[in-house]
Amino acid sequence: MALSGLQIFKQLPKTNCKDCGQATCLAFAMALATGKASLDQCPHVSDAAREVLDSASAPPVALVKIGVGDEQVELGNETVLFRHDKRFEHPCAIAIPVCDTMGDAEIVSKVDAINKLVFDRVGQTHRVDMVLVCACSGSPERFVEAVKLVAGRTAYPLILKSEDPATIEKALEVVAAKKPLVYSANAANYQAMAALAKKFEVPLVVQGAGLDELASLVEKVAELGCKQLILDSGTTELGQVLTDQTQIRRQALKKFRPFGYPTIVFASNEDPFQAVIDAGVYIAKYAGIVVIDSVDPADILPLITLRLNIYTDPQKPIAVESKIYEILTPGPDSPVYLTTNFSLTYFCVAGDIEASRVPGYVLPVDTDGVSVLTGWAAGKFTPEKISEMMNTCGIAGKVSHRKVIIPGGVAVLSGKLQEISGWEVLVGPRDSSGIPSFIKQRWNA
Amino acid sequence: MAVAIVKERWTNKVLEMTIGQEPNAVKVGGDSTLPFLHFEGEMPNRPVVALEVWDMEPDNWPAILTEPFKGVLDNPVAWAKKCADYGADMICLRLNSAHPDQMDATPDEVAATVKAVAEAVSLPLIVVGCGVEEKDALILPAAGEAISGQNALLGCATINNYKTITATCMVHGHNIIATSPLDINLAKQLNILINEMNLPLSRIAMDPLVGALGYGVEYAYSIMERARTGALNGDKMLAIPMICFVGQETWKTKEAKTEDNEEWGAQARRALLWEVLTAASFAQAGGSIFILRHPESLKLFNNNIAAMMKQNS
Repeated sequence: MALSGLQIFKQLPKTNCKDCGQATCLAFAMALATGKASLDQCPHVSDAAREVLDSASAPPVALVKIGVGDEQVELGNETVLFRHDKRFEHPCAIAIPVCDTMGDAEIVSKVDAINKLVFDRVGQTHRVDMVLVCACSGSPERFVEAVKLVAGRTAYPLILKSEDPATIEKALEVVAAKKPLVYSANAANYQAMAALAKKFEVPLVVQGAGLDELASLVEKVAELGCKQLILDSGTTELGQVLTDQTQIRRQALKKFRPFGYPTIVFASNEDPFQAVIDAGVYIAKYAGIVVIDSVDPADILPLITLRLNIYTDPQKPIAVESKIYEILTPGPDSPVYLTTNFSLTYFCVAGDIEASRVPGYVLPVDTDGVSVLTGWAAGKFTPEKISEMMNTCGIAGKVSHRKVIIPGGVAVLSGKLQEISGWEVLVGPRDSSGIPSFIKQRWNA
Repeated sequence: MAVAIVKERWTNKVLEMTIGQEPNAVKVGGDSTLPFLHFEGEMPNRPVVALEVWDMEPDNWPAILTEPFKGVLDNPVAWAKKCADYGADMICLRLNSAHPDQMDATPDEVAATVKAVAEAVSLPLIVVGCGVEEKDALILPAAGEAISGQNALLGCATINNYKTITATCMVHGHNIIATSPLDINLAKQLNILINEMNLPLSRIAMDPLVGALGYGVEYAYSIMERARTGALNGDKMLAIPMICFVGQETWKTKEAKTEDNEEWGAQARRALLWEVLTAASFAQAGGSIFILRHPESLKLFNNNIAAMMKQNS
């Protein structure tokens, strides 16, 4: 459990020296408790106090880093069971396997396909995160060849999958600098695997058959000095995975340390459709890494979209860029719609314009990503701001008319907006779903 | 090392709702834990799935969606039978023809369709209006009367039209869908208002106005999670089943409507997964009644539910 401001205060020097930038030690303690300050800002805190505060503030789920550079994957640091309680911190990583029994050409083409799974959404780029290389051939030499091939072909971090420490060691000798994740340490090999993870300083998956064995193994591996761990409870059965993932997250939040690490789950349903759906459940329900064997964008796009939705910070609405959006190739006679740049609002308006089959322009005014009524109430969706956008975005050069449609919810803005902008203001429907009938009845340029 | 399983001590459970008549009635709700956590509590009824039937031919459905209903799209009775053949638990009849911008059909006209569909199929019925609040307040009473006593589910009742629809449900023995826009307090308020008209809470299903994957799934997802944890923690006014209109949202997305292309893959596979993943996410958040459109989605989602319903340790 996190410490309260007063509990933190007791550990501070209580000199009110202001070196941290706060007026008093108590104010600093309160800022620490709410996460608005960091302990490093106090130059006088004693080592003993630092240790107490650090261990109390250690996240219930450890932060684990896989890979290096721009493509490094960070997992963990989670603090809640439900996204509405705060937010989910590090989006679940999606990993796609290749097998060393595949021919070189086949491996190359699959890795290229993985590299191509990049999608643009709400102005951001979304992609898969890792490639898992599986030692199915049984030949360490072949595995090393395959690992080399994959590592040379993708910048994504690798997962090296073999239960044989000798095979893993050969591969690590080649790619350890890229900090791959080793899969896995189990009851039979954990000493050797933990030694390798320590020697090469790479993260390690601990796999137990069930939660009980997993907890014992994690304790043993941690005692051997490995801290960068990922958990696998050993099941691929959908309902059991949900149970295990829920238990691991709940226990971690209660500071049961063996479960204080991110997890890995394999969506290995034989039916490729069901595998995607299973993966969706795992993304929603706490998995740190989901491994799914598909390079079909029709499979991966929905999963990446679900991940984006679930991991969106509920306290920070997603905004779209404030610019002219053209729906269905509009022309000089097409209607112009005003709305706010809250992504959900924008998507509703854009979708309903599409449904109306009358091409149009949408101008989402920058309201810091809040909705129409909230923006209006907060003074972010005002006639001044709206006409400023209309003047600067270049819409006047795109249409021959001077009419603009505003959301029905802010009909009250119409007079002032007309006055400032010089455009005729039409009051549209309160809800964007009314756009198709509105436009049929009311629009002529 | 034996790990002590963490179980929440919930104090309340979701009310059970029965829709339709024996022997074809379906039951939903009754949950005493979060979805599919069989180690912790009871989930006596699996989520159920209705397929959508329109009382007029849809003009903006993509070909992959009209294909399975070829030849029946202009005939709600034949269409409903087709849905029964596809294995739907319920039929969701949508009275689009009553929309003033469509055919502006009269209450009598839509009531006749509702009656004909009810006579032709034995599955429980969900009857939803055209979405225009004033018009729905006129047509749903007529529809409810036409199938009086059949214990259907009528909607969608909003804060502006719930009174007439609630009265219809009282008089003719139906259940009601209470719709509110993505706000847990508004949802609760509407449940209370309907309940104050003496319709038992066990006859109300809550509709949080879900969005599709990529179009606001997260809002409804969190409202449903909050409603369900609230219900399990003792808030009786939230302890009712939730209904998710997944099909109508999915099939207007760009992802479901865009044809095969290299960047996004094959349309059919992408669109089906869009519908099923949207539904599967809401099932994890506590949805009990799902309205889908594609029969293949129905099958895939049912498989997912069956796997989730398996008891485990």
